[in-house]
Amino acid sequence: MSNSNEKLVEVCHLKKYFKVSKGLLHAVDDVSFYINRGETLGLVGESGCGKSTTGRTLIRLLEADGGEVNFHGENVLSLDKKQMKKFRENVQMVFQDPYSCLNPRLSVFDLIAEPLTNMDEYKRDKKKLDARVRELMDVVGLSRRLINVYPHELDGGRRQRVGIARALSVNPEFIVLDEPVSALDVCIQAQIINLLKRLQQELNLTYLFISHDLSVVKHISNRIGVMYLGKIVELSDYQTIFAAPRHPYTKALLSAIPIPKVGIDREQIILNGDVPSPVNLPGGCRFAGRCPYVTERCRQEEPKLRPVGEGQFVACHLAEDENK
Amino acid sequence: MEKQNLLDIKNLSVEYKTEDGIVYAVNELNMEIGHKETLGFVGETGAGKTTTAMTIMGLLPTPPGKVTSGEILFDGRDMLKISDKERRGILGEEISIIFQDPMTSLNPSMKVGDQIVEMIRLHKTISKKDAMEEANKLLEMVGIRRERANDYPHQFSGGMKQRVVIAIALACQPKLIIADEPTTALDVTIQAQVMNLIKGFKETLGTSMILITHDLGIVAEICDKVAIMYAGQVVEYADVESIYMNPCHPYTKGLFNSIPKLDTEEEWLEEIHGLPPEPTERIEGCSFSPRCPNCMKICKHKKPGITYIDEKHYVRCFLYENQEVKTDE
Repeated sequence: MSNSNEKLVEVCHLKKYFKVSKGLLHAVDDVSFYINRGETLGLVGESGCGKSTTGRTLIRLLEADGGEVNFHGENVLSLDKKQMKKFRENVQMVFQDPYSCLNPRLSVFDLIAEPLTNMDEYKRDKKKLDARVRELMDVVGLSRRLINVYPHELDGGRRQRVGIARALSVNPEFIVLDEPVSALDVCIQAQIINLLKRLQQELNLTYLFISHDLSVVKHISNRIGVMYLGKIVELSDYQTIFAAPRHPYTKALLSAIPIPKVGIDREQIILNGDVPSPVNLPGGCRFAGRCPYVTERCRQEEPKLRPVGEGQFVACHLAEDENK
Repeated sequence: MEKQNLLDIKNLSVEYKTEDGIVYAVNELNMEIGHKETLGFVGETGAGKTTTAMTIMGLLPTPPGKVTSGEILFDGRDMLKISDKERRGILGEEISIIFQDPMTSLNPSMKVGDQIVEMIRLHKTISKKDAMEEANKLLEMVGIRRERANDYPHQFSGGMKQRVVIAIALACQPKLIIADEPTTALDVTIQAQVMNLIKGFKETLGTSMILITHDLGIVAEICDKVAIMYAGQVVEYADVESIYMNPCHPYTKGLFNSIPKLDTEEEWLEEIHGLPPEPTERIEGCSFSPRCPNCMKICKHKKPGITYIDEKHYVRCFLYENQEVKTDE
């Protein structure tokens, strides 16, 4: 099914609910996937589909309500405080908004050194710390004259580089990138995407790349999962998802992306209505209300994520039927 | 040029006074929009797109903003010289604007129906009841059930709010609509809905439009002409086909190459190195020269003028000066 690579991260039936005044918000509902070492899994979906919550629950920034997250075969969700510290040295996160995720009172040096000062080897050795910070600045392409500068003096792209340097500082194996480029202009976006790809090759990193922008995700991911209302509706390698999408939502999502070319003829699927609220969802398929191919069965029975082809998984009754 | 243009901007320069010095937001901008034409205004943050739009509307905050030169001719009237009273008559009725963020451009304490009625009654002598009927029709036109006229903005989703804003903008059937990043705050599937709606009314009502955006995909779908802005100046201007088929300015090329594409495979994205200039610094010569891969000696100390590639396609770049039409591959 997939290549024989080692599964670095394996998520099984992950659930995260939030209590809200109107009931229970199903942010992440029974999500399962794995990420091989050195691979990038892209997670796409519209706002409120639970992609960020998945990322955060995965590394226990939020506590899950059910399921398992295996990292190196060990369940992360049952680690105690001490073990968590070790885990956090292996797993890091880069956030979306480089304007709000950096402490405005710390200089670039302090920002990059901050995660390191939790580690014994750097706590005692100031020289080593200094050298490591400078090394990291080189790695992410920040010029050394910026070492004493404060975040407000930097533009978005450079701030995001600081964020990446912070994540890299502890030599992690796995990084969760939560919309790392969506706050940036296209040209700067290209610079950061190239940087992330280069770092992955050089340091053999594993990424979970969360974004709403399919063209960016396609560019950086090996496999892509499409989320809708807390569920993964389609998961396959990046070529298949663009060449032969099977879930009606994936098809609509792909056709909704404006393509920067003139004179292309393509069928655009315009979905009706909005994404329904994830609070107190009705039974059946979550996409049923907007799906152009909806049948009675979709309203009754919730489709499961099932394999439909080589490494392609779809949660849709129709795709399953087609396959028979 | 001929007088039939709906909007003619000539040599417009706008600057802001700030603590760090003078920000040259718009520099000698020339632009024209014909009737029933849609112009895409493309550029990065800080390129001066919104400042230009605000200046056209006369909404530029002064101070700190200041128009230092130029004229904006709308239907033969200079928007920079008319009185406030005259401007109030034009805004909303002949020119209207759709802002980026629908969450902040509606009044949260007023029913959406009333907000549309307010707009209609400001410009037309019409009874409240008739205005309400018209508002309901407008809501239906943008795909909102008429019963919802009695709802408040917070009861609508982002896409629906933007539809309400569009209904308000259309209320008086303006000749020109300025849409400032109308779909940036929306999700892709909702964006597709809203763009489809805009496309539809553009065709049925025959309104001209300035679409400010950074998304070259949207431009390809909806615009007739494109102006690429960089550091307060239009560096390339052409109709959609020529800009997508034959981009000339090195910045335009860089912009196209740095977008990740859906239909082709590429290992690395092409980058434009460096950053846009600080808006407070005045670069001698071409403002793109520090980042330009084709920078020549002359670019460093002389500002490039306008060179016409063909009738409707101009570029501000020395590469094309003194050269007959060159199709670059």
